[in-house]
Amino acid sequence: MILENMEICQQQPIASNVYELVLKGQELVNLASQGQFLHVKVSEGTDPLLRRPISIAKIDQDKGELTVIYRAGGRGTNMLALKQKGEVVSVLGPLGNGFSLEETSKGAIALLIGGGIGVPPLYELSLQLVKRGVKVVHVLGFAGSSDVFYEEKFMELGETYIATMDGSHGEKGTVIEIIDNKQLLFDTIYSCGPTPMLKAIETAFPDKKGFLSLEERMGCGIGACFACVCHVKDDPTKTAYKKICTDGPVFAIGEVEL
Amino acid sequence: MSRLNMELPGLSMRNPIMPASGCFGFGKEYAKFYDLEKLGAIAIKAATVETRFGNPTPRVAETSSGMLNAIGLQNPGLESILANELVWLEQYEVPIIANIAGTKTEDYIEVAEKISKAKNVHAIELNISCPNVKEGGITFGTNPKIASDLTRLVKEVSSVPVYVKLSPNVTDIVEMAVAVEEAGADGLSMINTLLGMRIDIKKRRPVLANGFGGLSGPAIKPVAIRMIHQVSQAVSIPIIGMGGVSTAEDVIEFFLAGASCVAVGTANFVDPFVCPTIIEDLPRVLNELGVDHISELIGGSWK
Ligand SMILES: Cc1cc2nc3c(=O)[nH]c(=O)nc-3n(C[C@H](O)[C@H](O)[C@H](O)COP(=O)(O)OP(=O)(O)OC[C@H]3O[C@@H](n4cnc5c(N)ncnc54)[C@H](O)[C@@H]3O)c2cc1C
Ligand SMILES: Cc1cc2nc3c(=O)[nH]c(=O)nc-3n(C[C@H](O)[C@H](O)[C@H](O)COP(=O)(O)O)c2cc1C
Ligand code: FES
Repeated sequence: MILENMEICQQQPIASNVYELVLKGQELVNLASQGQFLHVKVSEGTDPLLRRPISIAKIDQDKGELTVIYRAGGRGTNMLALKQKGEVVSVLGPLGNGFSLEETSKGAIALLIGGGIGVPPLYELSLQLVKRGVKVVHVLGFAGSSDVFYEEKFMELGETYIATMDGSHGEKGTVIEIIDNKQLLFDTIYSCGPTPMLKAIETAFPDKKGFLSLEERMGCGIGACFACVCHVKDDPTKTAYKKICTDGPVFAIGEVEL
Repeated sequence: MSRLNMELPGLSMRNPIMPASGCFGFGKEYAKFYDLEKLGAIAIKAATVETRFGNPTPRVAETSSGMLNAIGLQNPGLESILANELVWLEQYEVPIIANIAGTKTEDYIEVAEKISKAKNVHAIELNISCPNVKEGGITFGTNPKIASDLTRLVKEVSSVPVYVKLSPNVTDIVEMAVAVEEAGADGLSMINTLLGMRIDIKKRRPVLANGFGGLSGPAIKPVAIRMIHQVSQAVSIPIIGMGGVSTAEDVIEFFLAGASCVAVGTANFVDPFVCPTIIEDLPRVLNELGVDHISELIGGSWK
């Protein structure tokens, strides 16, 4: 984990209020792996003060580039969206544990379930799994057709199902409904998305091996401030904890309380 | 570096910069970025008798140039801090200030007595912003009588000098400062966070799960400067100043207000290198101001 000033080499909208941002900075890129995140300073001054956690969506070691995908919704991400090619942003990273690839062996089937702005970290994960000879199946949930991104990119890697709540694109319904309806077979689950979706996954597949990427408001992003803790399951004393920024953001299904 | 060294009760520091309690954990995370021996001292996270999980999340919220936190003094508890964190810190030649907290007097006494005997603990910082359960939730830090009684008792059992960390959430901070000085405090730390709140306009609910939180960061700097300016004229014990420090210029301002060293809190979250950067930058600012040693600036705004 290092602090690096990274140059913006590309910034473009790819869905409603969703931007794809490519950052250049070889040092950080060399360290990065799938499922880790960056802590990005969106302004030079003190307002907004804190950095913004954003997942790594793609790692290009050769070019020394990282791609992130974010939704501009609040003050900080709106400011980030105004930044142009050539500008430099301060980035702390790579942070967190990321998705381990060891858990799914060659020839096995991995089910990647993404929800909204939780989809991005699954892209680099899928690339890496495919490289290892794992068969990937993607089920990606969005609110509506204008929110959908990276559909073709995921399709290039494996079977891909899009679920929208209003049915305006792909299948209507939740990601769980799609998995049920299509009777999808798989060995391992990897998921990132809103907490209610992660809970539904945990409930629907209690016996499957799987990994969930969690979100929480962060102060430091490096484990020093105790802002991002969660409870550990099966802890009657309720004093054990995991820090989402350093012990996570990826946890095994059933490891922590959602 | 001799332009920056500072001698305070219990603390012999190569420079007057330390990370503030609760904003640096027990140093392990920041040790991955730089050598902790660059620091003047380290104020470690609050220690309580028992292991504490703290408050429900979300525990932090952002404000203009600041943040609110309601961590709830999460820490591994006294025994674990003694056995693990402090022992780990022994590899660094840097004085440690042990921040201590509790909800009743007996807790403070137990933590103070035991932690002050640790090899590398050179001072205690008494965090009196916690609620006193026996007095029905009133904070130790808002009643001069309760604060001075606690200070006196902790002084009796502590093997090292005691700094009392004042809460800014009072009508008259000078009255509090004078009361704890009379009770034997060796120094003051100020300021702790200001009680604040944010409301999510869509959910119509507080952003923090706990409702209120402590405001820190550049937003509180003017309040800290004002309070240190007032208090330093009323007491003769040294002050560790804090509240929104993020640059070498900020440090100078705190010294001119009356601080004798400075703690950096929230800024560590924004830039993990902020402390060593300030330390390296201070000689430049001293040159610009034509000052030989930083101690010449203490109280310079009123002396
Ligand atoms: C590990 C991790 C990975 C993430 N990856 C992505 C990603 O790839 N793409 C993406 O669009 N978003 C991602 N997020 C969510 C993203 O961090 C927030 O949407 C963003 O911080 C909101 O900032 P803002 O300035 O727009 O909102 P504001 O409401 O102005 O932010 C105010 C404060 O709340 C915090 N905050 C608000 N929402 C969240 C949230 N959901 N999680 C954590 N902190 C929040 C902000 O960081 C800031 O401190 C991730 C969050 C985490 C914890
Ligand atoms: C996340 C967080 C945790 C804190 N924990 C403690 C603590 O355990 N004990 C304490 O005395 N002060 C604690 N503080 C207060 C700081 O030490 C400091 O007094 C305050 O944040 C003002 O300085 P700053 O504006 O530079 O952050 C905490 C502050 C923050 C932001
Ligand atoms: S964000 Fe500070 S501990 Fe996780």
